[in-house]
Amino acid sequence: MPTSPDAVLRAEHISKSFGDHKVLEDVSISLQKGELVCLLGISGAGKTTLFNILSGLMQPDSGHVYVNGAETTGQPGKISYMLQKDLLLPFRTVLDNVALPLMLRGVPKKEAREQAASHFARFGLAGTEKKYPDKLSGGMRQRAALLRTYLASDGIALLDEPFSALDTITKGAIHEWYLDIMRDIELTTLFITHDVDEAVKLSDRVCILGGSPGTIFAQIPIEELRPRAHDFMLGEAFLGYKRKIFEALQL
Amino acid sequence: MTKKLQNITNKLSPIAALLVVVALWAAATGFEWVPAFMLPSPRAVLDAFVSDFPLLLQHAGVTLCEAFAGLTIGVLLAFVLAALMNRFAFLYKALYPVLVITQTIPTIAIAPLLVLWMGFGMAPKITLVVITTFFPIAVSLLDGFRSADADAVNLLRSMGAGRLKIFRHVLMPSALGSFFAGLKVSASYAVVGAVISEWLGGFEGLGVYMTRVQKAYAFDKMFSVILFITLISLVLMWGVTLLRYLVMPWERKEKESK
Repeated sequence: MPTSPDAVLRAEHISKSFGDHKVLEDVSISLQKGELVCLLGISGAGKTTLFNILSGLMQPDSGHVYVNGAETTGQPGKISYMLQKDLLLPFRTVLDNVALPLMLRGVPKKEAREQAASHFARFGLAGTEKKYPDKLSGGMRQRAALLRTYLASDGIALLDEPFSALDTITKGAIHEWYLDIMRDIELTTLFITHDVDEAVKLSDRVCILGGSPGTIFAQIPIEELRPRAHDFMLGEAFLGYKRKIFEALQL
Repeated sequence: MTKKLQNITNKLSPIAALLVVVALWAAATGFEWVPAFMLPSPRAVLDAFVSDFPLLLQHAGVTLCEAFAGLTIGVLLAFVLAALMNRFAFLYKALYPVLVITQTIPTIAIAPLLVLWMGFGMAPKITLVVITTFFPIAVSLLDGFRSADADAVNLLRSMGAGRLKIFRHVLMPSALGSFFAGLKVSASYAVVGAVISEWLGGFEGLGVYMTRVQKAYAFDKMFSVILFITLISLVLMWGVTLLRYLVMPWERKEKESK
């Protein structure tokens, strides 16, 4: 699959095995600025391994990762990712949680807090700065974790099933909000999901990772304009995309 | 409303239990079930406590000095060792069993040895306190470090944090809760350790005073020293609780503002 050279995030020919078990085989993926790409696949297809490699936590056996054109293979600290668990540290206030990646980068405490605080209103977190995470609702915690991921990764967000722990109504609301904020702050997103509806609703492109060893065997562009109408999810086009995905998944 | 009531009964029941014990004690001495020279009445103990108070305070100063010095050194040593053991797996494997074994050696058994080695000054007392307080703190710190969320550690790694920053931002704060639990135990051990080591010789301190009044068969004064040591331990434990409250603000229950 071709990867374009001006992508903000680009992985080329990634392979990885654990012992004799080959998990990823020649995976290439690239994201343009502002794009929202969904990684859909069967459990155990190596999605989380791919995320670990993209974020530099894991060294691939072969292949390269580039962030904004510079090679970052095996170097953590360039892009961070967010798990289903929000992983807000319970002993830091929401503000200090969000400002943490900046502080780790050496930004002075006061400046890091100011910089983080300037995003709070836009992320719907105004007034929570001095609270501790356990005082926040699930949706708010997720938004705080998202803001932290955004600040940690220079405009790229890797999300590993970010919304799957939320109930349907909260999920729907946070989807709308996420699409708005992405456009607002020019965020590029790669996210993992098991939920085909969620994938079609949100994505510009759905990449299907599967097989053993895992490889990307289909990329399905969702060519619906944004903002997508509320009844998009109920229409013929939506079902068409779903059918394509199911076919690709061989279900 | 019922919750409030429950809260009050929760607080009252230990006080009631204590009052029953004191009442039984007063009865035992009042009706002379036990000879008065063997078991002084609560009243006599209280009188001795009040009249001896300046003297007790003076001796307590020395004992507390030893306890604090020992506890401080114990905490520092425990911290350094626990951090190293957490960082290097081979140290953990090698030293953890040794730590447990040192704890099975009875304090009272090594105290005379320490006196022989270090004399009658403060040194053997402080050493004994270090030995008794070190273990609970080291173990609680180690357990605390290990309780840190592995995903949180990975998250910080993905943000580019090195070992030291991960230690500071994740491991250390995660260990604070169990550290304070260990410190609470150690704070009372520290006082008791200092008193025991004073029994074996010394010039000042609550332990020295205790052996002195013991030789005079002054039961009322013995009891008043015990009462005093208990109070000191309680105050220290309360101090640890206060410290925990100040250091770990995220544990506080939010006041209902609505």
